[in-house]
Amino acid sequence: MTLLALDWFLLIEKLVLIAVIIFASLGIALYTTFAERKVAAILQDRPGPNRAGSFGLLQPLADGLKLITKEEIIPNSANKALFILGPGLAMTAALMTCAVVPWGNKVEMFGRSIALQIADINIGILYVFGVVSMGVYGVMIGGWASNNKFSLMAALRGASQAISYELAMGLSLIALLMLTGSLSLRKIVEQQMMDGHFWNIAYQPLGFLIFFICAMAECNRTPFDLPEAENELNFGYHQEYSSMKLGFYLFSEYINMFISSTIMATMFFGGYDVPFFNEAAHADLGNWLAVIGIVSLLFKVIIFIFVFMWIRWTIPRFRYDQLMNLGWKKMIPLALANMVITGAVILWLQK
Amino acid sequence: MQALTTRAQQVERKPLSFLESIYLWNIFKGMAITFKHMFKKQPTVHYPEVKREFSPVFRGLHVLNRDAEGRENCTACGLCAVACPAEAITMEAAERLEGEENLYREEKYAAKYEINMLRCIFCGLCEEACPKDAIYLSETFAPSDYSRKGFIYGKENLLIPNPVTHPTEYAAAKGNRI
Repeated sequence: MTLLALDWFLLIEKLVLIAVIIFASLGIALYTTFAERKVAAILQDRPGPNRAGSFGLLQPLADGLKLITKEEIIPNSANKALFILGPGLAMTAALMTCAVVPWGNKVEMFGRSIALQIADINIGILYVFGVVSMGVYGVMIGGWASNNKFSLMAALRGASQAISYELAMGLSLIALLMLTGSLSLRKIVEQQMMDGHFWNIAYQPLGFLIFFICAMAECNRTPFDLPEAENELNFGYHQEYSSMKLGFYLFSEYINMFISSTIMATMFFGGYDVPFFNEAAHADLGNWLAVIGIVSLLFKVIIFIFVFMWIRWTIPRFRYDQLMNLGWKKMIPLALANMVITGAVILWLQK
Repeated sequence: MQALTTRAQQVERKPLSFLESIYLWNIFKGMAITFKHMFKKQPTVHYPEVKREFSPVFRGLHVLNRDAEGRENCTACGLCAVACPAEAITMEAAERLEGEENLYREEKYAAKYEINMLRCIFCGLCEEACPKDAIYLSETFAPSDYSRKGFIYGKENLLIPNPVTHPTEYAAAKGNRI
């Protein structure tokens, strides 16, 4: 038994945690598609999907079933291996991000203290950035492998858009990291939970705004949905895709939205912190404290997702030159100014 | 140049200032508008559960009428077919035989009576032309069908149920129209 000095309980604990988090992310993304349609409907004075199940709650399952049972077409001239790899990569990259997010405080179970986080790595936010940039490969490879001019154009657009906005995103985060002094997401949350310390949004409102806009661009959400501009590029990078491969592409967008909402809630809105509630003073609640934390985080995430949708159904798509102008000439200078000012203020306060 | 109307407006093409060019203010204005729409009353009628009420003069599917004893009113005079602007109505007349007095009111009746519902424009001129009160437009409309043939309604589709033998069906088919 002592062949490998493995902590088997740790392994099982992490496996369970991974399974739960992955399935929860998928489930939430599934119902985000439903919420998207409902929010769109309500904003446009329509009832929205309401036929499948009560209030249309089974609609996402019906959509999934429809996508799975559709005929799967791989174009003759497509690069088959890459064509299949594309949606898989998009999905994997979308799901991998949730590994470093702290979903809640520690839980006491079976005499063990379990942290509700798959991996508390000290470069947490850098890992998120790395994986999010990988999501571009899904778009890029899928668009190229389709051997279709429209798909290729869309993929190029997607790649250049993601790269442009990642710069501003990173710069806006540097200002935040100057404040926290740590890249670990759990440390960032714990700092925000401390007494006399507000959420990071209070110190970095501009940084948050830039991060939010860039996150929207990263998720290819309207007004930044140029890669899938259906009236300019037919359908975008997934034009040749059908059946569940298309479903994976569409689905990864929703997972991305969920994860980026989580990251924003964690970085700027205190993660699993409950406002005006001192967690340390209520230690007697035990595991319920963690449950309250998870609910609080999910509540913030749901609000973010709603804002994402609200924006999508309000604003039309940017033109390509507007997109690039906004990214390079507006967002990056603003992020740089934010960074310099934050640095100067920190230096001045420390003097 | 002088404007043709007083409504013409000069388009401003000033370059946007920095604040305008990050669009935030206008986006917030737009979002306020969409937010207001969340609380608006939806005009949707949830069809299979809730049915929209038609006006009392609604002109729907045709009904061939019977009198109180269950005899067909139509005498196949052809006035409806003449009046029809869409030429949707065709009919063939036949003579009433001995012993058929309980089926047809007059000596002549329509052996075949067809309305092409794809041609019909539901104007109601046939109803106005009919001297025998034999045809009128009901409160229902033609259901969908898979073939064009299905839209040619014969007597078996148009004739109202017999008020003597099937009084409830007759009342349902007659509806609230006078």
